[in-house]
Amino acid sequence: MTQLVSLTLQDTGEGRQIVEAIKQDNPGVDSLEMPGAIKLDRPDSLIVKRETVSEKLGRDWDPQEIHLTMVSMAGNLDEDDDYFALSWNR
Amino acid sequence: MRSHHERENSVSIDLKTLNVKPRRQTFGHIARRFGEDRPATRYEEGMLDVQATDHFHYRPLWAPEYELYDKRRTAIELEDWYVLRDPRQFYYATYNISRTGMRQAADHNFDFVEKRGMLDNLTPEWRAKVENYLLPLRHVAWGANMNASQICDQGYGTAVTAPAIFTAGDQLGIAQLISQIGMMLEGGTGEALDRAKDQWMTADYWQGVRQVVEDTFVVEDWFELFVAQNLVIDGLVYPLVYESFDAEGQKHGGAAISMLSEFMSEWFADHSRWADAVIKTAAKESDANKDRLSAWFAAWRDKAAASLRPLSAYVLEDGGDAAVDAALETLNARAAKLGLSV
Amino acid sequence: MAAKKKLGLKQRYNLMTRGLDWETSYQPMDKVFPEATFEGIKIKDWDKWQDPFRLTMDSYWKFQAEKERKLYAVLDSFAQNNGQLGLSDPRYVNTVKLFLTGVSPLEYQAHRGFAHAGRQMPGVGPRIAAQMQSLDELRHAQTQIHTISHYNKYFDGLHEFRHMHDRVWYLSVPKSFFDDARTSGPFEYMIAIGFAFEYVLTNLLFVPFMSGAAYNGDLATVTFGFSAQSDESRHMTLGIEVIKFLLEQDPDNLPIVQKWVDKWFWRGYKVLTLVAMMMDYMLPKRIMSWKEAWEIYFTQAGGALFEDLARYGIRPPKYADVATAECDHVAHQNWSIFYQYTHAAAFHTWLPNSEEMDWLSEKYPESFDKHYRPRYEQWARMEADGNRFYNNALPQLCTTCQIPMGYTEPGDPTTIAFRTSEHKGDIYHFCSDGCKDIFDGEPEKYSQSWLPVHQIFQGNCGGADVEDVLKWYNMNLGADNLDQNVSPDQELWDEWQRQRAAVSSVAAE
Repeated sequence: MTQLVSLTLQDTGEGRQIVEAIKQDNPGVDSLEMPGAIKLDRPDSLIVKRETVSEKLGRDWDPQEIHLTMVSMAGNLDEDDDYFALSWNR
Repeated sequence: MRSHHERENSVSIDLKTLNVKPRRQTFGHIARRFGEDRPATRYEEGMLDVQATDHFHYRPLWAPEYELYDKRRTAIELEDWYVLRDPRQFYYATYNISRTGMRQAADHNFDFVEKRGMLDNLTPEWRAKVENYLLPLRHVAWGANMNASQICDQGYGTAVTAPAIFTAGDQLGIAQLISQIGMMLEGGTGEALDRAKDQWMTADYWQGVRQVVEDTFVVEDWFELFVAQNLVIDGLVYPLVYESFDAEGQKHGGAAISMLSEFMSEWFADHSRWADAVIKTAAKESDANKDRLSAWFAAWRDKAAASLRPLSAYVLEDGGDAAVDAALETLNARAAKLGLSV
Repeated sequence: MAAKKKLGLKQRYNLMTRGLDWETSYQPMDKVFPEATFEGIKIKDWDKWQDPFRLTMDSYWKFQAEKERKLYAVLDSFAQNNGQLGLSDPRYVNTVKLFLTGVSPLEYQAHRGFAHAGRQMPGVGPRIAAQMQSLDELRHAQTQIHTISHYNKYFDGLHEFRHMHDRVWYLSVPKSFFDDARTSGPFEYMIAIGFAFEYVLTNLLFVPFMSGAAYNGDLATVTFGFSAQSDESRHMTLGIEVIKFLLEQDPDNLPIVQKWVDKWFWRGYKVLTLVAMMMDYMLPKRIMSWKEAWEIYFTQAGGALFEDLARYGIRPPKYADVATAECDHVAHQNWSIFYQYTHAAAFHTWLPNSEEMDWLSEKYPESFDKHYRPRYEQWARMEADGNRFYNNALPQLCTTCQIPMGYTEPGDPTTIAFRTSEHKGDIYHFCSDGCKDIFDGEPEKYSQSWLPVHQIFQGNCGGADVEDVLKWYNMNLGADNLDQNVSPDQELWDEWQRQRAAVSSVAAE
């Protein structure tokens, strides 16, 4: 069975731009739009990159700011200065 | 899109013309306390009677002699545990907004000190003392964090337990802020913190304090712990360290240390307002409470003051005892104002 | 002076928190941490604990303050603009009632429980994570009370949420669940709430339900809901870290942890069947069915999770297959219970209209038309004949989950499931094998249950007849209870609609 990692973000101005960045960096990511929220699913892993989100927002974005937008997640987390990554153990 | 716009429009019409008179102003448990149905503040609604009081299903496996929330966990008796109000009226939002403002000021101070290389103004001797007296205080704060969690866990009624978890957050924040000072003193490494922990574990002048802190960990009555930590230990350590030691530091180029520890001075004033209000209210309720609180106060005061003398002598040398005496005098005056016999 | 280095997140966190604790020597460690061993969990090295979020207190204050500023701006604006007028349908408010009376007190319980775990677990990493969660859970309790405070001004059934939570028959379901977790040891609590509830189950409550709140025009609730969920992600991470940590520390921990996973999955699932009913019946505009949500959030997400944990020897929770199979029935059976006991509930009920029944048929092709539509049609006929069906007998409750024994046998939706166990000469009753197993594992604990129906019969709940009991609940009879269509809530809403229609027609001219 495919192990999906998942990240749900609030459907806000900033949330949508983070979603754009994720789509750019994670080929094959699936999205489910619900009222107020967007759920992203991808087999095995998903990464949110500081650089890409910063480009989209036009300002420096700290991955810890994801706390302000995230609604839910599934997967093991690895977070550092430059990224926020989810994965299942392969 | 259009229909959404229309709905907004009609709502704005409603506002002017609809009769949207509230049917009640607040929750029943709050109206009963007020004796009338009137609007309550967010502090009141988020705090009053929020803890469960009745019909607990099971006894705790970890303390089967008690109910989950049980007034009998302390010898202090109050008719109503919601008299222990927090004069700051903190609920979660106002607490975090307050602390983030204080912390921003601290960040500015850190930047200021760093940009100007102000730590270089410390004399080498004083710098060594700062490492030895200030940095081990992160462990004292961590102990206080444990005790605040304990009070939140074991205490009775949201009025006193909610500010207790805020205090746990504060003490962790202070432990981490002291750690940051240690990192700054050592060019961004943890070596000074390692040495400080070694001091905490082995230096003679720290062992008395460590023993008092460890003794608080096994206090069973949470209100006694409240007195020991929030009135006595904090009430002696903060004036001694952030006033007396700091004043001495000024003679040795220590302005940077004052700036870096400004947060602690501001916090202590804020924290004391809460600690004082809780103790004063409990003491006022009965002579039994007053006697009990006074006895706890005296016992912990004597122990804690004695434990601080070697530390104070290490830092201030001949002036060490006088500084502890001054802190004691301040604390006794404060306790007397709270209605305790000192 | 050493050269200044810019520290990374991981390094900064480690330096700021590592070594804060110490091995006590003036007091023995087992007196300082008296609960560290009694559950049989073995920990060799607490420093192996990692907090992947690495949140220091200064960052915590900063992010949380920003979330709160945003949230309270929405709440103020919702109240000022009478946001309740923008709801899809006044029936929606009943979900808010169930939420405040049933869920918000649990947030508070979680707050105190994580304070306990945050004191009792040796080890800096898990203690800090637990304390932050304790703070967060207090946030959730308070923001929910503050949000719903506005609804309380206009709608019934909310005004006595605290008093009711400690007394009302169906609220003993969530209350006993959390009392159970809180009275367990600190490690079990972490698995019960941190792992089983937060990681495996709460998405079902917060994501589709809160999205449903948005869909039904409740901007205030969706804002606190999603804002709370942003903390929940941190909590889920704590939950998964704690289970991995326990399993990595010692192989002897595996059977203990597996037993807790089995128990707390089933305990949590039974509580969440109330959410099944909220999603399928109580949201006037629906997002997805309970069955669909279960598929996404349990079968899919839980499947990936348990596949990940398999390398430690953990298997998916016992009876997960039963819970999945029950998806076809559980919301309908729960709604039927509340419809029958509408006189004794502090929210309103109704029969689904024909459009809603068609939606239910579509979502539940295996079960709805065969078993539940006929029942609702029968009740609708009785109602039309002036003979609305009330069940005036007090129900038998399951000793473990405390829900009335209205569930059917696995694979046989026409036979009510009954299980019993004997303990010290008394017979105890259960709704399912899962609940019976839990009782049999700890009969000393569950035989203590404060079962509302037993308590009523023993005369501990205000009196002998139902009306006395409801008054003891502080229920406003005729306002808080009974059907939506005869409620003061509905009357007020209809009055608002009449006034709005009059204003709009004037405005149009």
